[in-house]
Amino acid sequence: MSAVPVDLPRWADIALVPLVSVAAALLVAGLVVVGIGENPLEATALLLRGALGSAEGIGFTLYYATNFIFTGLAVAVAFHAGLFNIGGEGQATVAGIAMAIACLALPALPGFLAVPIAILGAAAGGALWAFIPGWLQAKRGSHVVITTIMLNFVAATLIVYLLREIIGKPGSMQPETPDFPAGAILTPMHQLLAPFGFTLPATPLNSAFFLALMALFAVWLLIWRTRLGYAIRTVGANPRAAAYAGISPAAVTMIAMAISGALAGGLAVNEALGVQHRLVLDFTAGYGFVGIAVALMGRGHPAGVGLAALLFGVLYQGGAELSFDKPAITRDMVVVIGGVLVLFAGALDGLFRRVIATVLRIGRGAA
Amino acid sequence: MRPAPAIALTGISKRFGPVAANRDVSLSVAAGSIHGIVGENGAGKSTLMSILYGFYEADAGEIRIAGAPRRIRSPADAIAAGIGMVHQHFMLVETLSVVENVVLGAEGGAFLKGGIGKARTALARLSRDYGLAIDPDAIVGELSVGLQQRVEILKALYRGAEILILDEPTAVLTPAEADQLFALLRALKAQGKTVILITHKLREIMEVTDRVSVMRRGEMVSHVATAETSPPALAEAMVGRRVLLRVEKGPHERGAPVLEAVGLSCRDGRGTETLKDVNLTLHEGEIVGIAGVAGNGQSELLEVLAGLIQPSRGVIRLGGQILAAADRHPARLRERGLMHIPEDRQRSGLVTAFSAAENAILGYQHDPAFGSGPLLSPARIEAHAREAFAAYDVRPPDPALKTAKFSGGNQQKIVLAREIERGPKVLLVGQPTRGVDIGAIEFIHRRLVALRDQGVAILLVSVELEEVMALSDRIIALCGGRITGERAAEQADERDLGLLMAGVADEAA
Repeated sequence: MSAVPVDLPRWADIALVPLVSVAAALLVAGLVVVGIGENPLEATALLLRGALGSAEGIGFTLYYATNFIFTGLAVAVAFHAGLFNIGGEGQATVAGIAMAIACLALPALPGFLAVPIAILGAAAGGALWAFIPGWLQAKRGSHVVITTIMLNFVAATLIVYLLREIIGKPGSMQPETPDFPAGAILTPMHQLLAPFGFTLPATPLNSAFFLALMALFAVWLLIWRTRLGYAIRTVGANPRAAAYAGISPAAVTMIAMAISGALAGGLAVNEALGVQHRLVLDFTAGYGFVGIAVALMGRGHPAGVGLAALLFGVLYQGGAELSFDKPAITRDMVVVIGGVLVLFAGALDGLFRRVIATVLRIGRGAA
Repeated sequence: MRPAPAIALTGISKRFGPVAANRDVSLSVAAGSIHGIVGENGAGKSTLMSILYGFYEADAGEIRIAGAPRRIRSPADAIAAGIGMVHQHFMLVETLSVVENVVLGAEGGAFLKGGIGKARTALARLSRDYGLAIDPDAIVGELSVGLQQRVEILKALYRGAEILILDEPTAVLTPAEADQLFALLRALKAQGKTVILITHKLREIMEVTDRVSVMRRGEMVSHVATAETSPPALAEAMVGRRVLLRVEKGPHERGAPVLEAVGLSCRDGRGTETLKDVNLTLHEGEIVGIAGVAGNGQSELLEVLAGLIQPSRGVIRLGGQILAAADRHPARLRERGLMHIPEDRQRSGLVTAFSAAENAILGYQHDPAFGSGPLLSPARIEAHAREAFAAYDVRPPDPALKTAKFSGGNQQKIVLAREIERGPKVLLVGQPTRGVDIGAIEFIHRRLVALRDQGVAILLVSVELEEVMALSDRIIALCGGRITGERAAEQADERDLGLLMAGVADEAA
């Protein structure tokens, strides 16, 4: 038997509960910092200053957030269809492969054609890699959690093979492709904003950030404002009612997975098209898995995903600066903080809902 | 001096946002009595009992148990105060045995052995005291619904309940099982236990209770001794106006056949035949009722006609045309005017996590009226719901409210409005009034009869034989997936139908 659901006003549900969760997580993380003999307040200040205290820091923070938006949205869309897609890594990898092949096969195109083709290639690659588990789930009943994670390994092996044998840079020992043609790259933000009189330091932040913001809006539109989104949510909430309504849960499963995979492909766009300008091994660097945490924290809503992505962007960038200044606090510590955050925001949030409900009731009673 | 009442509630109030679920409710239940609480769905009965059992805390008011004021903030507090509750949906672990379920939550230590042994002795004693025969080692999932309910009652008694609350206990029982339950309740009363019975079936109130309290729109409107009241008086108190307990229905004009099934058979996932060679014709302007004990193929008949499962043999004709496999799909059938009110609204007919407005378009989400192109228009969906809810008296008429928060009767009205408003040619109706209060039953019955008078062909499946007999023009009996007989409504009687339902095949068939 599950606990009685706690009803909270909407503002508390959306803003107060996550805030309290984050605060509690920071408190626990602070205790860990104390445990290794450092001052948590100083560490927090360093972290925030590193992430948000300079134009360069903000640039890096937003660059990380871009990755998390894409992978978080990927998980969120599948979530609405009742699917747990934990294959963001593999989908982004295949998206990168498809994008690299598109870029290298069409070397002479101007940017306004090459970039959209590259992005579509990434979306198609990611969609394909997620469609396979979607199809297996819909037609064969193989659980997506199992198949998506297995396909992560397949994708990881596939990219090694391709970079070594097929699309790798001739004569190079590095597992990477040749540089993409000059047209097929995304403009770095500091170059993009220079004509408008902004002089920004060079950071990896590039125009993929705008693509991520568009993706946030597009996913909101898809889930809450389209007939397909209605079908996705129906299948996710009650597959029997979906069948009754003439919605095919099998079809929706495959479509939702493909959309999810296409969104994961955004990671390849930001990393390869926006930063590296070539495809390198392991460019996914765990962003796909962090996307799960981002989607959980954001409660599957694009606004929440955006905020959670920003938070993880701050943690990544601030954490890097922090470990630079305080060698005792390694990057692993940042991973711990991230883990604590997920724990509090995802798993333990029911705990706070109950307390908050009581506090609000007492507050109202006294008023 | 008279002994203190087992339960005395004074001035209980509880609000959920803008909705006052309980308003200044007072209730006194004498020790050792059976006290009925009736009221329409949404009248606040369940909220009141949830407050008494500690699921919610009242905003205001006092609870006294056996004369002493008590704060009940959780079910654990309620159990400690000697209150036990049997929910409408059982809280049992189906894979565990009876005795394991009974000790669940009261294991008495880290190791099961001692607790189980103690429970076994206690169970034997309880079984003896109340005539509750049950095998302690039977697996709960293999027991009948009636016996599972006994396990729930035993669980409460094992925890020392002196006061037992039963929430709609007969909703899932056959008439014979209900009679057994009432015998048990009388035995409990004889032993000095106090029983609170929540129901909207007035027959049960009259049969088993000593006193009855009536709730309407969150308030207590009357407390009377059962001997001094009558079903019409109670119904009037519940609804606030006079209600018809009978269905008013004129003679029908039967038109052309619209839906025909010829030699229809179905198999379930395990290959068992659930429908066997069913021949059925539905004409315009008639209600055909299916009489049958639950699980004899009625559900499959509805599902196969609605396109939710595919027949293993046979053909279906709609409007004279044989339906191809591709046409036997819920969406295609809706386009052709075959609408379906499913048996289980919460599992199939609604997405309870959605807003009421969103559920009012379920199955019609592709209707161009609700948006343009791939987009849906929330404003138009809400306007549509507002209109439909006003026409069908859905309460509260709030399209943005989550569907789970509506009472059963109002959820059913949402489904009904959705399926009827588009002018169906054929309407498949499963359990239209299950878990629905009297006021809403009357409303639903009138709508169905009005549709039939407009020329709609209606197939009605209901576990309530009374309902089938009251509404139908023709009654078809199903047993083991086979049609065992057919009667015109005026010739049907309960005994005769009972025989057909039991599989005593008709010579004429």
